[in-house]
Amino acid sequence: MAAIDNPSPAQAVPGASPPPADEVRLVERARQGNLDAFTDLVNRYEGKIFRLTQHITGNREDAEDALQESFLKAYSRLNQFHGDSRFYTWLVRIAVNESLMKLRKRKTTAAVSLDEPIETDGSFMPREVASWDPSPEERYAQTELREILDRTVQALPPIFRTVFVLRDLDQLSTEETADALDISVPAVKSRLLRARLQLREDLTRYFQRGDQRGDGQVEKQHGENRASGKQNSK
Amino acid sequence: MSCKMLLREVSNYLDADIEPAVRQQLEEHIARCPECLVILDTTRKTVEIYQCCEPYPIPEPLQTRLREAIRKHCERSQSK
Repeated sequence: MAAIDNPSPAQAVPGASPPPADEVRLVERARQGNLDAFTDLVNRYEGKIFRLTQHITGNREDAEDALQESFLKAYSRLNQFHGDSRFYTWLVRIAVNESLMKLRKRKTTAAVSLDEPIETDGSFMPREVASWDPSPEERYAQTELREILDRTVQALPPIFRTVFVLRDLDQLSTEETADALDISVPAVKSRLLRARLQLREDLTRYFQRGDQRGDGQVEKQHGENRASGKQNSK
Repeated sequence: MSCKMLLREVSNYLDADIEPAVRQQLEEHIARCPECLVILDTTRKTVEIYQCCEPYPIPEPLQTRLREAIRKHCERSQSK
């Protein structure tokens, strides 16, 4: 995704949920210079934006800077937001740009372009095929669980991680995510699939059922040795 | 439907964003493929477990810094 210094005015996004009525009023008041109204919007979204900047940058300091820059830029560009889509979607676009700029500055080896071509998911074959405990989250203390979840998300390439955060954590629609990231709907779906499968793979090591761990556990590549006689694969 | 094809469709299936004919093929496949059933189930649980986690609360010092920066920015804008 090319760096977008001035996000284009929000266009109606198919599949986007309508903005809450009070948010429309808040945005309008903020555009008229009402700081309290803008602060209400900050209160509403700072947690999600901070999570987004943290997940993209992978660096606390950069995440905090990107958070601040995102809201400052949003305030400066309120006159460019026309209310045709959710304010949050527009804000996300700014935050993604700010986060990616931080990432590029640090020149990490991880991919920082959202334009990278994506392999088809046909190349991804699960290795961990084991049922999970019925309530895997109960196996760990809350802080430990959160560390596991954060670690596995951070292990995703940024192009997958960003889509996963917006779709599954922030619950943006596919179309809203495509709009926020300036990528196609098929690209969103493809990357989300890869993210989910990779996370599933990694989390299985922590959450697999107790009777499937230990010496008896056979790690096998799903789909291999199908020649042994299964009739269901075509 | 092959296992490989199911992997391509599992995310769309979980989002109920799938052609009816493909959904039917997928459901017929998992009815007779225990491994794919596990993959589908654990992928669903993966999404659920993340959705249950609330965002980290923003530390108060950061909140204060953020609001102060916005306040100053607003004052500068209005003084122009």
